[in-house]
Amino acid sequence: MTDWPILSTVTFLPLVGVLLLLLTREDGPYGRRNILNVSLFTTIFTFVVSLFIWFGFDNSNPGFQMVEKHAWLGTGISYHLGVDGISMLFVILTTFLMPFCVLASWESVQKRLKEYMIAFLLLEVVMVGVFVALDVVLFYVFFEATLIPMFVIIGVWGGKDRVYASYKFFLYTLLGSVLMMLAIIAMYWQAGTTDITELLKYGFPAGMQTWLWLACFAAFSVKMPMWPVHTWLPDAHVQAPTAGSVILAGVMLKLGGYGFVRFSLAMFPLASEYFAPFVFTLSVLAIIYTSLVAMMQVDIKKLIAYSSVAHMGYVTMGIFAANVQGLQGALFQMLSHGIVSGALFLCVGVVYDRLHTREIAAYGGLVNNMPKYAVAFMIFTMANVGLPGTSGFIGEFLTIIGVFRVNTWVALFAATGVILSASYALWLYRRVIFGALEKESLKALLDLSAREKLILYPLIAVTIFYGFYPAPIFDATRASVDLMVNNYSAALQAAKDLALNVH
Amino acid sequence: MIYKAIVFLPLIGFLIAGLFGRQIGAKASEYVTSGLMLIAAVLSWIVFFNVALAHGEAGEVIKVPVMRWIQSGGIDVEWAFRVDTLTAVMFVVVNTVSSLVHVYSIGYMHHDPHRPRFFAYLSLFTFAMLMLITSDNLAQMFFGWEGVGLASYLLIGFWYKKPSASAAAMKAFIVNRVGDFGFVLGIAGVFVLFGSISFETIFAAAATYLPPEGSPEATEVIVNFFGMPLDKAGAITVICLLLFMGAMGKSAQFLLHTWLPDAMEGPTPVSALIHAATMVTAGVFLVARMSPLFELSPDALTVVTLIGAITAFFAATVGLVQNDIKRVIAYSTCSQLGYMFVALGVGAYGAAIFHLFTHAFFKALLFLGAGSVIHAVDGEQDMRYMGGLRTHIPITFWMMTIGTLALTGVGIPGTMLGFAGFFSKDVIIESAYASHSVVSGFAFALLVIAALFTSFYSWRLAFLTFFGKPRASADVMHHVHESPSVMLVPLYALAIGAVLAGVLFEGYFFGHEYAEFWKGAIFTLPENEILEEFHHVPTLVKWSPFIAMAIGFVTAWYFYIKSPSLPRRLAESQKVLYEFLLNKWYFDEIYDFLFVRSAKAIGRFLWQKGDIGVIDAYGPNGIAARVVDVTNRVVKLQSGYLYHYAFAMLIGIAALVTWMMLGSSI
Repeated sequence: MTDWPILSTVTFLPLVGVLLLLLTREDGPYGRRNILNVSLFTTIFTFVVSLFIWFGFDNSNPGFQMVEKHAWLGTGISYHLGVDGISMLFVILTTFLMPFCVLASWESVQKRLKEYMIAFLLLEVVMVGVFVALDVVLFYVFFEATLIPMFVIIGVWGGKDRVYASYKFFLYTLLGSVLMMLAIIAMYWQAGTTDITELLKYGFPAGMQTWLWLACFAAFSVKMPMWPVHTWLPDAHVQAPTAGSVILAGVMLKLGGYGFVRFSLAMFPLASEYFAPFVFTLSVLAIIYTSLVAMMQVDIKKLIAYSSVAHMGYVTMGIFAANVQGLQGALFQMLSHGIVSGALFLCVGVVYDRLHTREIAAYGGLVNNMPKYAVAFMIFTMANVGLPGTSGFIGEFLTIIGVFRVNTWVALFAATGVILSASYALWLYRRVIFGALEKESLKALLDLSAREKLILYPLIAVTIFYGFYPAPIFDATRASVDLMVNNYSAALQAAKDLALNVH
Repeated sequence: MIYKAIVFLPLIGFLIAGLFGRQIGAKASEYVTSGLMLIAAVLSWIVFFNVALAHGEAGEVIKVPVMRWIQSGGIDVEWAFRVDTLTAVMFVVVNTVSSLVHVYSIGYMHHDPHRPRFFAYLSLFTFAMLMLITSDNLAQMFFGWEGVGLASYLLIGFWYKKPSASAAAMKAFIVNRVGDFGFVLGIAGVFVLFGSISFETIFAAAATYLPPEGSPEATEVIVNFFGMPLDKAGAITVICLLLFMGAMGKSAQFLLHTWLPDAMEGPTPVSALIHAATMVTAGVFLVARMSPLFELSPDALTVVTLIGAITAFFAATVGLVQNDIKRVIAYSTCSQLGYMFVALGVGAYGAAIFHLFTHAFFKALLFLGAGSVIHAVDGEQDMRYMGGLRTHIPITFWMMTIGTLALTGVGIPGTMLGFAGFFSKDVIIESAYASHSVVSGFAFALLVIAALFTSFYSWRLAFLTFFGKPRASADVMHHVHESPSVMLVPLYALAIGAVLAGVLFEGYFFGHEYAEFWKGAIFTLPENEILEEFHHVPTLVKWSPFIAMAIGFVTAWYFYIKSPSLPRRLAESQKVLYEFLLNKWYFDEIYDFLFVRSAKAIGRFLWQKGDIGVIDAYGPNGIAARVVDVTNRVVKLQSGYLYHYAFAMLIGIAALVTWMMLGSSI
């Protein structure tokens, strides 16, 4: 097992599915069914294989594992893969969510199904690639490549204003990435390598860290998204098809958070410390501002999108608190949010498929004829609110504690999110689910179908399981997080000692 | 094992009724959940006798680990039960009332089509409440805390078709969250100070935390909370106040009380269980549990006393004029919780828990009795349409009377003759007088006035409901019927508690057996001698609650029996005051204006003006628009006319020549 290049396997396995899809005809009696089955089977198989990464993962090893390294392009840039406690679970999260995306598109996507599935499988390849890449150039290639399939998915299979949304999404993120490319070039000039493991040890000079940090910040803050560069997200979510929203909220936002941890915090500790108050300010603004905005939304998907921005505020806050609770809380929050917000978008998809509107006012009283749906929606709403016993609580709780240790004011403002999230989430729930069933258009709606149960029930199970027993996730991340926090404080200490010696 | 059984039996009931309620049917759901609850209640009493009443070492705590939970750096938290006397008392309160409410609901809800769901929620609530009281760390307590909040939300909104019910449910959850905001920060603060959120570690560290007075450490700044540089004592005060904010939310104390009266939208058994006997006392439990910290902070305790006293008074004034039978009892609950907090604030933790214990019985009795009345008059809750029910539903009448006697604290001072409330309430009033707190006089005065009001509104309720001429329509009066025995038996059981809980247990909770009973489960500093001092208050103080109660009773009798037209005339002559009280001091209106409307307005403003008006307009859309502008202008240049181009060339050449000539000359 040790020699088997499992990371490459997981990364490129979906390409096999793409190949099979290319050989399939969409028209014809079984065309549709074949495409769906091939896609579903591919994604499930990839997920199962990816679980072997987790099984084979050594929790006590803080470094990179399952490393594969081959020369590439002959310029010192290498094809270098590996996972540590920080990236490994994101790989699992990605592969875990993909089958649900396929299932969610089962009936709702009518045109160009083949191309749609190909886009998703390619997206899976590049997303997994981002998390396993250990070479900056490789990372950058994958990071940028995620844009293309998503751009196509929104632009082709999206809603009414899909073109506007997809361009907004593309331009925003591209702008950030250009700066990151400059940073990568600068890093290569300075350190003479593009190998992430080398760069992590390198220790950039303080002045340079500031610029590199800012350049990376531009890229990651847009992806995250942080206030005030968040406005692409609501539009993209609203226009994207359900599965697109799931991936967008579930995985793509985490690329930003992952980048912050892997690059900003680990490689530029001095700049991270310097800019931490700045990040805290933006995080707190995100939590309060977007929560208030979420409250007033009339479109369900927009509301959830804004709530995502608020939740990502906890993540950035936790990362730059740079202590064990903050970082581990941020990682947990990202994983949990990946599942919970993905599930919420799937919930929206359920009613959207029936009524073809996302307007909150069009609903009301769904609990009367869709009790099972009401239960599922309730559980995810509560997880979104951060109720203990769901996975949503643990990340929020730890990040608040982590940041409280650093700056009590930030914790104070961030904790208002506890109130605000309850306000918008419960208000949404009340308007959609509670009440008498009065609207004629809603009276014929049926409760969850077997396929929808298959989508939502496993997600419920995961949400509650990790709320009660998050230990597997903490075990997997502990060693790497400890190492990173120690390195971080060591770097700060070294800089302080240096400053003292000079004077 | 027995502890696990007590906590998990309700969970099993919830899962069975919740997941399979539809398959097994309503009857089976009822019997399964109620049966499991009854077992848990019996086990609770066994634990109470084994833990609380048995002899044991001080500081003896039983710890039952269950499972790992959160391990992140210094935070090492597992699911575990901590059982000491405080927990054992709460076991008895929660499981007794809960099992009786389960049984009662079989009768009360028998028309409702959603009974499995109802019983599942009730059991879920009980489970969460048990997790709260058995927690051995702050995180698990927060789990229970939020769990009961969720159950309360679900049960208040149980009749989801009523818009008022879903609004009330939402309000309850959100107002509670305001308290939780403080609670979470308090937990974080505890972690920063003690490096742990497990009770064992915190309490051990707290005992020796404060440096002796006068030592240099006493004034040393150790931490900065919210811009305030604090020494050790100051840090403890801030943490205690944050935790108390959580308690205020859950226990509906002044300023965060607005959700409790609205919560009466839920079915009446829910009000009895959650909003009278158990959940709302969680705040009292929290402060008692954290007594090792609160004892270190006289300032925090002063705030607790102050808020408690104001709540006791405020809620009693509002209760005077309410017309909804359940709302009167709800305000009464709010007021009684204020009493408990005063007791906590003056350091009489035992008295607070004692009142919690007795209050659970008689308040649940009153609520379930009110439910029986509502059941009898076909769902009517307005007392103005009741009256004269005494002869129609005599058993309910007598049960309610016992509850009222217990609530108003009827008993003869100086003797052991009296109902449950007599013992616990008088102890609190005397402690308030005896304490050395700076606000003790204020608290004492407010509590006595509140006792007068309590007596008045309680008897007002009794007189309006059961005496006088029937004011309901003839049709309703024709159908008035006594409740079935499945509803009456729980009333009997609670009535026994309302009569005997005081006289039997006073010595244990706050008397001679204090130390032997609590075994260190609640912590008091050696300087805290309230237990001794409250005995030595002047006789007039001892009699003051009795006098207040008597005045209240006579006034109520005069107003509602002797001359029933008086209240209306009084209300008309004192219109402003009446309206002020009837509208609950206008808290809802003020909060609606201050928080709800303004939050909505800000939200809308940030969305329309912030996101769309500024970020998008100057960001992506702005840039796109500028690009279009520029290209449009460039397009205009290419007019296609030869003379335009020739003219541009000429200008260009002229400019070039000028520049060369000037440039060379410099």
